[in-house]
Amino acid sequence: MNFKKLAAAALAATIAAGPAMAELVFPSLSYRTGPYAAGGIPFADGYEDYMTLLNERDGGIGGVKISVPECETAYNTEKGVECYESTKGLGSLVYQPLSTGITYQLIPKVSADEIPLHTMGYGRTSAANGEVFEWVFNYPANYWDGASVAITHLLDINDGDISGKKIALVFHNSAYGKEPIRTLEKLSEKHGYELTTLAVDHPGQEQKSQWLQIRRERPDYVIMWGWGVMNQVAVQEAANIRFPMENFIGNWWAGSENDVIPAGEAAHGYKALAMHGTGMDYPIYEDIQQYVVDAGLAAGAGDQVGTVLYSRGLYAAMLAAEAARTAQEIHGTAEITPAMMRDGMENLKITEERMAELGLPNFGPAFEVSCANHGGPGEAMVQQWDAEAQEWNLITDFIKSDDDVIEPLIEADSMAYAEENALDLRCQ
Amino acid sequence: MFYREAGDFKTSYQDDAQTFPIKFDRYRYYAVIAVGLLVIPFAINDYWANAVLVPFLIWAIAAIGLNILTGYCGQVSLGTGGFMAVGAYACYKLMTAFPELNIVFVVILAGFVTAGVGVLFGLPSLRIKGFYLAVATLAAQFFLVWLFNRVPWFYNYSASGQISAPERTVFGVPVTGPETSAWAQYMICLLFVVVLAWAARNLTRGTIGRSWMAIRDMDIAAEIIGVNPLRAKLSAFAVSSFFVGIAGALFFAVYLGAVEVGEAFGIQKSFLALFMIIIGGLGSIFGSFAGAAFMVLLPVLLKNVLVGGLGWPTDLAAHLELLIVGGLIVFFLIAEPHGLAALWRTVKEKLRLWPFPH
Repeated sequence: MNFKKLAAAALAATIAAGPAMAELVFPSLSYRTGPYAAGGIPFADGYEDYMTLLNERDGGIGGVKISVPECETAYNTEKGVECYESTKGLGSLVYQPLSTGITYQLIPKVSADEIPLHTMGYGRTSAANGEVFEWVFNYPANYWDGASVAITHLLDINDGDISGKKIALVFHNSAYGKEPIRTLEKLSEKHGYELTTLAVDHPGQEQKSQWLQIRRERPDYVIMWGWGVMNQVAVQEAANIRFPMENFIGNWWAGSENDVIPAGEAAHGYKALAMHGTGMDYPIYEDIQQYVVDAGLAAGAGDQVGTVLYSRGLYAAMLAAEAARTAQEIHGTAEITPAMMRDGMENLKITEERMAELGLPNFGPAFEVSCANHGGPGEAMVQQWDAEAQEWNLITDFIKSDDDVIEPLIEADSMAYAEENALDLRCQ
Repeated sequence: MFYREAGDFKTSYQDDAQTFPIKFDRYRYYAVIAVGLLVIPFAINDYWANAVLVPFLIWAIAAIGLNILTGYCGQVSLGTGGFMAVGAYACYKLMTAFPELNIVFVVILAGFVTAGVGVLFGLPSLRIKGFYLAVATLAAQFFLVWLFNRVPWFYNYSASGQISAPERTVFGVPVTGPETSAWAQYMICLLFVVVLAWAARNLTRGTIGRSWMAIRDMDIAAEIIGVNPLRAKLSAFAVSSFFVGIAGALFFAVYLGAVEVGEAFGIQKSFLALFMIIIGGLGSIFGSFAGAAFMVLLPVLLKNVLVGGLGWPTDLAAHLELLIVGGLIVFFLIAEPHGLAALWRTVKEKLRLWPFPH
């Protein structure tokens, strides 16, 4: 029992230290360790760097400084819960755990504690229905949009007809990977392709049998819902069986430099979805260089600037900061509470002009969030890897997802949740 | 000085055979129970419940369960994670199939379901021993996780394969679901721990516990003196799985609320439970608690000291945490191969003579 007492003493000491007041707190539940660190590090760096930029250049948001307490989850749900509990008392405005498993854990908790949760392009897809999920947002796009965009892209390159084609889905065998299955099944009824699903278990280093099956069944296209080390292994395995890379499409979590560089030349032509632009050709990077990198304030090792997932962290931070700004305008106070932050998120308007002002012209789609629609427009682009130049090139514009298929799915799933938890519908 | 048998007169056999024969020990035990029941529930907050006490209590149950099988009966098991998953999924299916059934009974029933599954996977123990049995239980671990991932009936055909606990109440107080207050979460776990630890202690010093220990020490000799190995081994598997199943059910319903089988009940959970009883002490109820405390609280403590106290980067702290916990495990195994419980025993021996050792 000695350890318990020791733990008690130390914990009491750390909790008693207490937060400094008059700060906007954006906790970062990051993962810089474990099999998913390759994705977690750049995202966390981008998130933190953008907030540092606002602090250094603009003195925070609306004159109030931002603090980004970081907590390591290692993509593990129990640690995620511990992180949530340890940071929620700091006045945290919005949580972005970058993990679908932790998101499922947090949805009931944030609803009870009344703190917004923003799961950008991950999490529970049906949270797009704001009538049911008051505190959860997943704009600008969700998994089902992603699945639909991938299929639309295949339709586009096949002159609108993919009936009879064989499409295989290689997915991470978890809540995350299983998300697109239902959408892809519905879409296969509509477009007449044949769907095979191949599960890859955590963490995804072992995929020989799945790719053997792909080699045997010779699907026309492979779609992948992967994350972490699973992605690079899959790209390597695809190269090993000489699967044509241009027929292999990853979702937006399987489309970063980390995923393709290990396979070298063989990864040339690999495609992935993208929900925002990437690369360093945006004016904001001059400011980041000046105020963050050169000032020695860059998060982490500072070697991730400009990568795909760094851009995503930047994008997530930008949307959070804009929502906070909106909340300040609505409520006329600079020191907002989580409830005000939620209002800000629900009334968020991202326009082309605003993005240009922020130094990110055409970075993401222009969209509006509303009480009923927490999911945004659901658009994504397709990017392709150029192994010689070592860069991702966007090969399409924003593609709209198939709302005819996705809307009823979201409706059904969110209503089931509302019924399970006896919730009244909002926004009526 | 205070810790001694002298002057503590026993006038009945019952007194003489009690769990805590020394008065000081007895009062300490009552004090711990009193603090646990009467002080902590009023002082607890969400962080303490969710990050420290609830996982500790639940892991203590799992560790007691595994200790019955491995520590008392000598059957090495690597299937704890899988059996916890059985408890969790049984709990989920019962909760959703019988919404009006009280959660306490649901958890107990989940324990019985797990006991049944445990007996089934315990059958090979009648033919194989040691490492080979460990491999057979390892198969149980992988099979069960695969099963719960593969068959949609177990997760009620939800799109994501997650199971999540709906709200259930005990005497009108919610103990599962998002509206649960910290003290209710803590109390339900504590009550299960107290009752189960008491049951385990009394089982292990009765006939059945002695037959387990006879099997552990030498199964052929045990058979010759009249212990039925079939009954002893299978009862150990059943009781152990019952405990582990209850731990799994509480882990899912009270602690996490939503669970994904591969992540929550993977092989690392089996190893964690095994480390707990090895560090804590094989064949000791106190050791189960000490081991659970060590494995659950130490990482949280280190994290708070390194990140919260010293302000180090989170990734550095996370890596150091692995190093330190791993190093301490090795250190303890070298310094005290019989675990924290043996260390405690030595301390007690010394305390009896203190301050006049001669």
